[in-house]
Amino acid sequence: MPRHIEPLAITARTATSALGHGTAGHLEALAEGRRGLRRNDFSCAPLDCWIGRVAGVEEATLPARHVHWDCRNNRLAWLGLQQDGILDAVGTAVARHGPQRVALVLGTSTASIEATEVAYRRLEDGRFPTDLRRPEIHTPHSLTAFVADATGIAGPTLTISTACSSSAKVFASAERLIRLGLADAALVGGVDSLCDSVLFGFHSLELASRQPCRPFDRQRDGISIGEAAAFALLERAEDVPDAPRLIGYGESSDAWHMSTPHPEGRGALGALDDALARAGIAAEQVDYVNLHGTATVKNDEVEAKLLPRFSSRTRASSTKGFTGHTLGAAGALEAVIALLAIEHGVVPPDLGCTDALPEAQPWLALQPESRNIDIALSNSFGFGGNNACLVFARGPTA
Amino acid sequence: MSKARTLAVTGIGAWIRGAADWPSLRGVLRGEHGLDANAPARPAANPLPAAERRRAPDGVRLAVEVAQQACSMAQCDPSALPCVFASTHGELAITDYVCETLAHAPQELSPTKFHNSVLNAPAGYWTIATGCTAASGAVTAHHYSFAAGLLEAASFACSEQAPVLFACCDVASTGPLAEMTRTTLAFGMAIVLAPAATGGARLDWSLREAQSDAPPPVELALRTVAGDNPANAHALALLAALAGRESAGLALPLSPGLYLDMEITP
Repeated sequence: MPRHIEPLAITARTATSALGHGTAGHLEALAEGRRGLRRNDFSCAPLDCWIGRVAGVEEATLPARHVHWDCRNNRLAWLGLQQDGILDAVGTAVARHGPQRVALVLGTSTASIEATEVAYRRLEDGRFPTDLRRPEIHTPHSLTAFVADATGIAGPTLTISTACSSSAKVFASAERLIRLGLADAALVGGVDSLCDSVLFGFHSLELASRQPCRPFDRQRDGISIGEAAAFALLERAEDVPDAPRLIGYGESSDAWHMSTPHPEGRGALGALDDALARAGIAAEQVDYVNLHGTATVKNDEVEAKLLPRFSSRTRASSTKGFTGHTLGAAGALEAVIALLAIEHGVVPPDLGCTDALPEAQPWLALQPESRNIDIALSNSFGFGGNNACLVFARGPTA
Repeated sequence: MSKARTLAVTGIGAWIRGAADWPSLRGVLRGEHGLDANAPARPAANPLPAAERRRAPDGVRLAVEVAQQACSMAQCDPSALPCVFASTHGELAITDYVCETLAHAPQELSPTKFHNSVLNAPAGYWTIATGCTAASGAVTAHHYSFAAGLLEAASFACSEQAPVLFACCDVASTGPLAEMTRTTLAFGMAIVLAPAATGGARLDWSLREAQSDAPPPVELALRTVAGDNPANAHALALLAALAGRESAGLALPLSPGLYLDMEITP
């Protein structure tokens, strides 16, 4: 079992998804049970499904000095960085610690592949069209390189791309860098945007629902794909006693199948145990679990097997009924939702579920609930059997 | 400059057309012989079950091959070994296929190719083939992918005081995307990093701030082996140091103002 870690403070956090730009809109929608999904109006050819699309991405423009990074995913990243004062908080950290002492670890599944898709639709004599002949956006690192440029961060800069666990694992990588003294602060997060690759890809795997997704419902039949940008600034905890904490994380592999979870949730349980050990807490102490809850038949069936580990007073929900499955951004988006739950005492409902799986029912919040939450946990599981689990806690003086 | 930390390199794997394992590539790096024109065109990737090997894309075969070589040399059990797989571009041939298909017949996208398109496909296939339930990661950082992945693996090994498998692989680009990605050949390498007391080659490392972005110390003769991919060139620079007979220093860029400084004692 891993050793207990020193908690890190989360001194700024933000989220932009189908629920709105910034956390205020998220909190309101989560507390009211208001869904952000709409009928698919994005794909290049008709596809009968629902999506979590962020309003205003197309209109978001990058500053002139960053225009070579322009693509839909980086516009979403830029829109996300304008919210909740995160850019100022990062600027303060960069000024305080020095640009090379701030790390940048971001998760994404497809990054700016949408720009590559567009280039293939508009080939000129077999070559990319002139305006898209920009190698820096046809790489999975495009997001992180752009954010480094936009924030002035010059410390360790990496992209984690492990499908749907990507931006949960960034918290673990950043914690290790800070623990070893390789950085004094880290901007972590995830950005994934709608694109044909994922819309038609999940359709081809028969994992996308034609209805708004219904996590943990007995009739659930697949995911709704969404997009999001979410960020958190991690710093050493001693100077900020009231800031919420990252107190633990766990990572594991299923060693089972590329696109189906282990039937007994072996990997998911491993990540959970690892996270609890690092946090130095027992499962019974967890007040709220933000479930991965994709609404695929298999994921929810397997994830429900984890719930008996928690106490009967632990509340749980998937928030993918609100935002859709934001893939590589889901880990960071749902981390921010877990932090909002702690800060505001709100348990978001498992929106979309009306006929709950009996084995999950005792823990599932089907309506918004208001209660004190000191410790919240967030699960993220990805293709390739890649699992991560994060544990957050209220700051000691908050 | 950060405090220097020490790790051991206990296993090394490598594959390139013409040098299908570490002893062969080491000979090339030492100038003892050239690439073997009769060497196999594809990595054997023996840990993959036959059905998976047929279905696995080239990048996965390459990663599994070099990872297996490194674990075998290190005599360690992959099932308990955390792993970090780095790549500049991932499965370029699949990206080309996906974008081409989406442009003309999106409804015909192959589900297998779609799930093989994720950057963590090598980590997925490797952990499935070896029964590895430990943490597995997939890291990318464009031209800095090698050093960024190595930093992720080294920081894992140092913070957890446990051995870690690190692999960095890229395959050749195809189709219209090739002009943007410029990788002309398949090359992969892997090392097992372990806490210092384990034996093997010694790797002292730290981070150093610097403004210049000097080209990596890869000899001209090796540039062609690197296949026009900076991450491959950086990987070869480390392998050349490991193939040497004396201690050597190496600084690889992590970002435009930061270097991964290393002292390698074979």
